[in-house]
Amino acid sequence: MPDPDTSDAPRTLGDLALEVRSKNAGPFWMTLEAFMPDEQTYRIADALITPELISELYHVALTSLQIFRIPELHVVKVSFPRPIVQGSLRDRDMHAGQHHVPLANTVVPRKRL
Amino acid sequence: MPDHYGPPDSVGILVPSGMLGAGFSPDTITRGISLGADVISVDGGSTDSGPYYLGAGEAKTTERAVRRDLRLLLAAASSARIPVVVGSCGTSGTDAGVNWVAGIVTAICAEDGLDLAVAKIFSEQRADRLAALLERGRIHPLPPSEPLDAATLARCEHIVAMMGHEPIEQALRAGADVVLAGRATDTAVSAAFALMRGMPPGPTWHAAKIIECGGQCTTDPSSGGVFARIDHSGFTIEPLSPDAACTPTSVAAHMLYETVNPYKMREPGGTIEVRDARYTAIDERTVRVEGSRFEPAGQYTIKLEGAAVTGYETVSFTGIRDPLILRSIDVWAELFQKTLTERVESVLDLAPGSWGADLRLYGYNAILGELEHAPATPQEVGVMLLVSAENQQTATAISKLANPLLLHLPLPTMNYLPSFAFATSPAHIDRGAAFEFVLNHVLDVDSPTEMFRMEIANARS
Repeated sequence: MPDPDTSDAPRTLGDLALEVRSKNAGPFWMTLEAFMPDEQTYRIADALITPELISELYHVALTSLQIFRIPELHVVKVSFPRPIVQGSLRDRDMHAGQHHVPLANTVVPRKRL
Repeated sequence: MPDHYGPPDSVGILVPSGMLGAGFSPDTITRGISLGADVISVDGGSTDSGPYYLGAGEAKTTERAVRRDLRLLLAAASSARIPVVVGSCGTSGTDAGVNWVAGIVTAICAEDGLDLAVAKIFSEQRADRLAALLERGRIHPLPPSEPLDAATLARCEHIVAMMGHEPIEQALRAGADVVLAGRATDTAVSAAFALMRGMPPGPTWHAAKIIECGGQCTTDPSSGGVFARIDHSGFTIEPLSPDAACTPTSVAAHMLYETVNPYKMREPGGTIEVRDARYTAIDERTVRVEGSRFEPAGQYTIKLEGAAVTGYETVSFTGIRDPLILRSIDVWAELFQKTLTERVESVLDLAPGSWGADLRLYGYNAILGELEHAPATPQEVGVMLLVSAENQQTATAISKLANPLLLHLPLPTMNYLPSFAFATSPAHIDRGAAFEFVLNHVLDVDSPTEMFRMEIANARS
């Protein structure tokens, strides 16, 4: 397989991060975190992760979002009520452990890189 | 443990693992005791694995694993003459869970010749007693839930109240060597002994939060235990595995784990505030934390947890590999739902709203559902059909009607019957009762111990 042309490849938040993860915060809340490796990438994540972005990715009302920006750890953390209560018929992610993917797959605009 | 000479300079807490029954190396305990542990504390439960364990009153862990862990802990604690505190016994902290762990402790003590005073603290609540408190305006919702009604309480199979440190402290003061608590906050399990010995609440609660998941606050979360020493101005923390390290980042980052807010955590008696906490490396594997605060609340509140039956479920599974179907898998799924709904109505005489089905296309969009944008055509799909109905017989009957569709349903454009790949015979499994957490509420109490009942056996005078 030829090497992809990295100069044109879209870069996602997940590409830049040490880890993007999600988990329940109790049965009624979900929390996501982007752990960035340094100050520069933290600033990119900080600018990228807006209430509007999270609302669009996760179909959650702006008013129920909580975003914590933690520069000393290079972390942006987002919490919101679980749209589907844990363990109910339509809950397909019991620990909310795979809900980080839409955030991790968000493409970082080139001008920010 | 004479404490009439005033509070000690510090209290050392050994946490062997994030959960009783998860296993740990015997070296973990040897190391923790050699560091001067004054107490061993371990969490026995969590809501994280879902409502089943509270609803059914069953433990997630197996008896053999819990027995193995407890045997090591009790032997070490007995010879070091320090107490052991286990919180949220039996996963959900039901009375049956406390009695289950107590039975294991009693058997170990008999087999190994240990003479230990064992306290049981029960946290299960009666719906009618809570309904009376609700009537008096003592129960309030937590976000995002609505105010409680008595009917919801009555629906619960089990209700537990989450204790703070006070009932555990009461048991320790009564002479317990082993405290087996029902549902307790993860932090109270570790905080109780240190608070009893006069350690300041800010560092104590913060340390208790950091160590509650064992090795999660280290550079190697699978490494097992941790050791914290709390003193009058802060606490230090280190891993019990020689191959792991605590760094200022690994310790501070643990405040993010499974929390809504990384700076504030509500406990029954107040709020842990760590925004001003300073994390400093003492050496390459030990971290010092200072500046944590605990703000007492005006009203002492106890969180309630309850699980109710939502229905009875049957799960069916088939596999699709044919690219003709996979290219139109959304169309197939929609046709499946429509056809099943019609058949259930015509054959079983069940209206659409009286039962539920969730069709999950694993390999396509099962996990994220509508949050998934334009997923690619998959190579194969695992189709899970989860049916919920008011009793098991009905859920099974609906699943049996669904069986030929899961085996043969063609696309509307096909003029032949395809056959899909059942993974097992039969293709369905009855799951029994399914549960949901229905309480996210707190109860105002006058006394931190009034909702909990303690029994102590073999107490020393």
